[in-house]
Amino acid sequence: MRVVVLVKQVPDTWSPKRLRPGDFLLDRAAADGVVNELDTYAVEEALRIKEKHDDTTVIALTMGPPPAVEVVRKALQMGADEGVHVVDDALAGSDAMVSSLVLAAAIERIGFDLVITGVESTDARMGVLPAMLAERLGAAQATLAAEVKVDGREISVRRLAGGREFDVVAPLPAVVSVVEKINEPRYPSFKGIMAAKSKPLTTLSAADLGLDSNRVGLAGSATEVVAAEERSAERARVVIHDEGDAAARIVEFLASRKLL
Amino acid sequence: MHVERELPSEEARELLEVVADLARRELLPRAADDEAAGRFPREIFRLLGEVGLLGLPYPAEYGGGAQPAVVYEQVLEELSRAWLTVGLGLSVHLLACYPLATFGTTEQKSRWLPEMIGGRTLGAYSLSEPDAGSDAAALRTRAEFDGAHYRLRGTKAWTTHGGHADFYTVLARTADDPDHGISCFLVPGNAEGLRFAPPEHKMGLRASPTAGISFDDVELEPERRIGAEGEGLRIALAALDVGRLGIAACATGLAQAALDAAVEYAGERWQFGHRIREFQGVGFLLADMAAAVASARATYLAAARAADTGRRITRDAAIAKLVCTDTAMRVTTNAVQILGGAGYVEDHPVERYFREAKALQIVEGTNQIQRVVIARQIAGADAATI
Repeated sequence: MRVVVLVKQVPDTWSPKRLRPGDFLLDRAAADGVVNELDTYAVEEALRIKEKHDDTTVIALTMGPPPAVEVVRKALQMGADEGVHVVDDALAGSDAMVSSLVLAAAIERIGFDLVITGVESTDARMGVLPAMLAERLGAAQATLAAEVKVDGREISVRRLAGGREFDVVAPLPAVVSVVEKINEPRYPSFKGIMAAKSKPLTTLSAADLGLDSNRVGLAGSATEVVAAEERSAERARVVIHDEGDAAARIVEFLASRKLL
Repeated sequence: MHVERELPSEEARELLEVVADLARRELLPRAADDEAAGRFPREIFRLLGEVGLLGLPYPAEYGGGAQPAVVYEQVLEELSRAWLTVGLGLSVHLLACYPLATFGTTEQKSRWLPEMIGGRTLGAYSLSEPDAGSDAAALRTRAEFDGAHYRLRGTKAWTTHGGHADFYTVLARTADDPDHGISCFLVPGNAEGLRFAPPEHKMGLRASPTAGISFDDVELEPERRIGAEGEGLRIALAALDVGRLGIAACATGLAQAALDAAVEYAGERWQFGHRIREFQGVGFLLADMAAAVASARATYLAAARAADTGRRITRDAAIAKLVCTDTAMRVTTNAVQILGGAGYVEDHPVERYFREAKALQIVEGTNQIQRVVIARQIAGADAATI
């Protein structure tokens, strides 16, 4: 079985994020790049499937600028067998539609029975990519999985949606996105770090995937950010003066931001 | 605060990233609560084992990571920065494995080392006794050979992981000869006749169990003696060099944690219309702390590099232990001062750091003993004393 797991490099949650002036793309150079944490659950699930099923190959796939190879390397250190990095200047500014086009082309080229992704990336937070991929690949989709079982040519998934659980079964090939609840991702071990050095890591360009540059990147994207405004730190600050009801108002403030 | 580290390889850099990530996620959030409750985090050591940290310095053929001291000492520093109990515990474990890994026969190593460094088991090192602390050679625990087995009788004190460890590296007397009467043994944690006193109630490091052990006629097969009979003191002293270097790295991590906390607080606390770090009195204090931490790190890394050349590091390790632990005491004291009243209460970690630093000036040879060692070394005295 070939399991392709998607990983993405995102700006560190703890560092300030900015859009570039001019094209309003995320300024990836301004913040430390880290692996999208939600993707580590996908990697872990792929590895658990591999541990249960002989003859399973886990391939970690990313699309992103040159430094993004780090997240593929992390997946290899955790235990993935092979890595693929789609990297091309022409891909810069790709929206979700284009990203799914490129990734689907890469997945088809790699060959797959199962694609596992995180539920969303912490930078764009759209969560639409798994469904788009399934559609482009003509595969079944089971998103928001809290439990995954692979049995022969079938996959059983417990979906967690809207606070309820749904059990779904689908034939392979399939695309599954997993939620944080599904597992506890492992840390790379030192042996894993050493082993990752000799694992195959392939680099692909848009042309390698048969994609013209006018179909990808900003040029090929259907959506475009036309304006952005920096949020003022001053305006973000709310000062509550205690007039006997400060505690209640703080609770109200936190609740309004879904922090409680 | 980001610590720039010089590491000898790409894999070492990647390992330190994993360790820092693990420390931030797994150690930091629970350190204060577990210390307050005196809860030993045994499962954290299992996690360290899975990552491969419990055998990092030891040979790959036995399942170790074969990493040089400059790498694993920085791992100890990074862990201790998040939680000293864990950094110190790993240092003790590595110390407990050292005699077998260094002085054991191939047969002994094949039999026991893979399990000891494989990540699932935890070690302890038992040298001190109620009446043999700084004067370790005065130890009285006896191991008598009855023709088939050694039988251990006596009492040990201050054993880190006592009652929790899976194996104990124990120094015991096989003859009365003051210099050549001590031998080294590997004792399984479940040996019949091994009894543990309740853990000590310590000023700090409360999550790290420290206990006395009594050996009530503990029977050991002769293969469990490491090195020749009478060679134990030499083994213990060589192991102490390694242990002292480990404590130096742990102390540097603790000092860094105190510096981090002080810098953060001084940037957030406003008095007289200014952040307090803008007052030169505070700024200079922080600058001195930063200089001390950087100097401590340079000192232990110099000793680690020396160890990696294979030469005996008795003097270097004693200097590193002295410098780094005195630094930790001074830096944690000043961190409490910078936080003022906030530093004296348990809402902030610096009072705990301060209590923990004190232990480091005492363990693996008090800092007075370190001075004795250094003085003898520079006087050219026999390297084998203390």
